[in-house]
Amino acid sequence: MNRYSRHIILTEIGQEGQDKLSNSKVLVIGAGGLGCPVLQYLTAAGIGTIGIIDFDIVSESNLQRQVLYGASTLGINKAIAAKARLEDLNNTILIKAYPEKLTHKNALSIFQDYDIIVDGSDNFSTRYLVNDASVITNKPLVYAGIYKFEGQVSVFNYKKGPSYRCLFPKQPETGSIPNCSEIGVLGVLPGIIGTLQANEVIKLILGIGEVLSGKVLYYDSLNHQISFIKVNRSEKEIQKVMDIKTVFKALDQEINCETPIRIISIKDAINKKNIQWIDVRDTNVNPEINHSEVFQIPLKDLKQNLNKIELGKEQILFCQAGIKSKKAASILQNHKIHSSFSLKNGAFEVMEYFNNKNYDR
Amino acid sequence: MILSIKYFGLLAEVTGCSEEKIKFSGKSISELKTILFQKYEMLKNKDFQIVQNNELITNETKITATEIALLPPFAGG
Repeated sequence: MNRYSRHIILTEIGQEGQDKLSNSKVLVIGAGGLGCPVLQYLTAAGIGTIGIIDFDIVSESNLQRQVLYGASTLGINKAIAAKARLEDLNNTILIKAYPEKLTHKNALSIFQDYDIIVDGSDNFSTRYLVNDASVITNKPLVYAGIYKFEGQVSVFNYKKGPSYRCLFPKQPETGSIPNCSEIGVLGVLPGIIGTLQANEVIKLILGIGEVLSGKVLYYDSLNHQISFIKVNRSEKEIQKVMDIKTVFKALDQEINCETPIRIISIKDAINKKNIQWIDVRDTNVNPEINHSEVFQIPLKDLKQNLNKIELGKEQILFCQAGIKSKKAASILQNHKIHSSFSLKNGAFEVMEYFNNKNYDR
Repeated sequence: MILSIKYFGLLAEVTGCSEEKIKFSGKSISELKTILFQKYEMLKNKDFQIVQNNELITNETKITATEIALLPPFAGG
């Protein structure tokens, strides 16, 4: 095949490697600054199936760096516009456009259909969603993020390597770190960083070279400073994600819930009087907390056990990491019980509190 | 000892420099953080990880190297 001849004559790739590319399915989240070069090179390389998810439309200020678009696609959805451009570049592959927002509800089923996920999104809530869905579906994630003149690249969830949460466990609050539209970005920067992502995807598929797993590549375009930062896998962070697997799809509603869930720290919780502790984790999860003051009502059984909620008290709902407990608080709200709090962190803090309490006696 | 500290991304804007040297007589990362937070109050509200010898470390880690970097997450794409 003439199209891929320059790949095929490389002994490291050959026809066998080119066939691997043709048989691969890659999903690209976001067709913006990073997504455009990723999509361009993956399409040219002959990746057999490429998915593009983006709900946004092309605007004039995108054209400074989002090289798949032009005057003729202004106002058109980016996934649709990118697909049209890429089909012209390579009409021998399958390109699927998802002109929608990635959500907790649709992420797992979309991710299932692909071998590799590429994160080219532009906000933290999507980045953490992409990470969590990649962990749950066990897909390697080729990550990158950019800021003005600097970029970060890494490969997560690859052969028991770290995840994004092992690097940055805590999701920054919305607005705490500005994105490109708020602060500006050098147009060529996502071109450089996105091309590095495309390179990692191809290496992953071909099994050649050294995959950027277990470390983050940091790049500064102003002085060509490149650093590699070693990151270790944190079983605790991975487990936190696996713990929300069963409630994952429902997490969107929780975020959009009209009445905000009240989150409480352990310090504030223990200062309250007249409270009811409720452990909403499944039974037999470590650490087990057996204390007369703690009720055990697993999240899945909560609706059937509303009679156990002591209405004259305030409820402190807790789980392993403060995610299931939020869902529990949302369920209680839907049943007109507005006296509950979701404990910010989780069971380890509760255990520590009760251990100290026993000791004090 | 004299530590060389690099600030990546928006942290360089908070501190007004991308690299500086500071005198440090403590042992742990949390002691270093206290010093930096005193010097740059705005740093307290920022999310970042600390890198020593090109390796991510936690609050409890002892400082053994003189090359430290503060790495924030980047949202942009």
